[in-house]
Amino acid sequence: MARIDLKGLAHSYFPDPKTDEDYALRRMEHVWEDGGAYALLGPSGCGKTTLLNIISGLLTPSHGQVLFDGKDVTNLAPEERNIAQVFQFPVIYDTMTVYENLAFPLRNRGVDAKRVDARVREIAGMLDLTGKLKQKARGLGADEKQTISLGRGLVRDDVSAILFDEPLTVIDPHLKWVLRRKLKEIHNKLRPTMVYVTHDQVEALTFADKVVVMYGGKVVQLGTPQELFENPAHTFVGYFIGSPGMNIMDCKIDDGAAWVDGQRIGLSDRLLEAVSKQTGKIELGIRPEFLTLETGDAAKGSDGVDVNIIKVEDLGQYKIATTRFGASEIKVKLGEDEQVVGQSGVLRFAPEWTKLYADSQLVA
Amino acid sequence: MNKITNNKAWFLVLPVFFIVAISAIIPLMTVVNYSVQDIFDPQTRFFVGTEWFEQVLGDSRLHDALIRQIIYTLSVLFIEIPLGIAVALTLPRKGWGVSASMVLLALPLLIPWNVVGTIWQIFGRADIGLGGYVINMMGIDYNYSQNPMDAWVTVLVMDVWHWTSLIVLLCYAGLRSIPDAYYQAAKIDGASRWAVFRFIQLPKMQSVLVIGVLLRFMDSFMIYTEPFVLTGGGPGNATTFLSQFLTRMAVGQFDLGPAAAFSLVYFLIILLVCWVFYTVVMNAGKREEQ
Repeated sequence: MARIDLKGLAHSYFPDPKTDEDYALRRMEHVWEDGGAYALLGPSGCGKTTLLNIISGLLTPSHGQVLFDGKDVTNLAPEERNIAQVFQFPVIYDTMTVYENLAFPLRNRGVDAKRVDARVREIAGMLDLTGKLKQKARGLGADEKQTISLGRGLVRDDVSAILFDEPLTVIDPHLKWVLRRKLKEIHNKLRPTMVYVTHDQVEALTFADKVVVMYGGKVVQLGTPQELFENPAHTFVGYFIGSPGMNIMDCKIDDGAAWVDGQRIGLSDRLLEAVSKQTGKIELGIRPEFLTLETGDAAKGSDGVDVNIIKVEDLGQYKIATTRFGASEIKVKLGEDEQVVGQSGVLRFAPEWTKLYADSQLVA
Repeated sequence: MNKITNNKAWFLVLPVFFIVAISAIIPLMTVVNYSVQDIFDPQTRFFVGTEWFEQVLGDSRLHDALIRQIIYTLSVLFIEIPLGIAVALTLPRKGWGVSASMVLLALPLLIPWNVVGTIWQIFGRADIGLGGYVINMMGIDYNYSQNPMDAWVTVLVMDVWHWTSLIVLLCYAGLRSIPDAYYQAAKIDGASRWAVFRFIQLPKMQSVLVIGVLLRFMDSFMIYTEPFVLTGGGPGNATTFLSQFLTRMAVGQFDLGPAAAFSLVYFLIILLVCWVFYTVVMNAGKREEQ
């Protein structure tokens, strides 16, 4: 197991990149701790698979270095880096049995037969494959094949890191949940460094200790799931994490407050001071969880933003109210028992959870 | 569920029935007809039972031709299949080289059989042929029209030159269908070059190889034109294979009865070998799945 350092790392698929747009991966500096479970989260085309392939050695970065435990591995081939990788679609060796598939990475490295047998049986046990060890891999279903691929990734205990490239895409929802729990369990038990690429926030947030959110070839935030929720460093993180995502609206700072479509939203003094140094486009963001909506009698004389209520969806454990004022549509998360009366109400913004963004970056 | 019965539907099968009848069944039955009778003219004919079959099956010249044929076909398969796989593995996977090599490889396949024979007939001549001349220059006494071994090798080389491309193209198609992730996974699993071939490439090529082996078996077992153009089956009988033998019997000596009997035997041999090969390979695949 190893610590992974990304030093001034950047990659372009063009031979002579000039603008930022030419880079699939923009310059980054990161240290990923030994034994951590990291998720690379982002939409398609954000560069997460590129980054993973650079770490695994399938791709050599055009700029910068990759270090495992301080050792430069930038120019080493995958087999020299001592890593394991699980791909999006099952890669299995058709003509081999399940046992032989799992043993393959060990046997190729000349591990002695007794040790191979012990490891294969241990991993098969964890993944519920014990009963199928003697079967040919060819006849199995996609779920089982992908489970074998996972097993092949986990079978070596001396790897620097285990990399997963959206490994649960082809797995059906129920089993997905089971396998994710298994991976988490294995991680807690053996503490390998794991890097997990996904575009599914639930997957990322449940699997990882630290989530690396990527957008447009950049790492926009690296943090724990809680940090991503409470303190999104970029409007994209706010929007991408959470269900529904953060409300983002254009605003002006004037007269000791933020103004959105002519309505006043109070800010903390600290934030006001910080934003006074900023130039560029200012946006205001707040999560639906931190808004209160008052309607009917409660709204009368209340100090807040007047809104029209467009619809209220009851999602069982909570309700989502969609409200509007001016050009902004704002979603509010309400408790199960909260009642919404009439077509209009007053929105109250919790000042400590009201965030400001200058050119999409958090103003702190 | 009630099945709708409408016998008029059978009329829809008629066109196919006519085509198959004219193209296969009627000619074949004519041969069957000749194989059990001695026919002098339409009015003068005698039923001979299995006499012609006994005669051809006991013919030692035919045994020789059959043995030659089997050795020849096996040689063709043992050379062309591994060679085809090897060439397919070395072909480029992208860039201009792909189309260039495809065109080069397809060229021999586009040349008619008798032209191939003529090309090699001239190419191999010791006096005016480039190939034959160069070989003799190097001090090797090579003359395909006098030395049986030389004739044999020439026919074999000619077939390899003509048909290896087919195996290459089939294998290449099989190889191209392997997703990159397999190679990447193999790298990460630390697989050797041999293991990649044995566990990834070969299994993916299996189905196209079955087709390739069948086609090459059938074609080489029926080879006629090339040796006919090159040496006419000689020197002596060195390159007289089954088709050549049959033609001599039917057209040269006009022994229509024995020729018909032998045609049927010939046909059954090919059918049987193909069927056995196909069944064995397919069952092997199925057994593995269980």
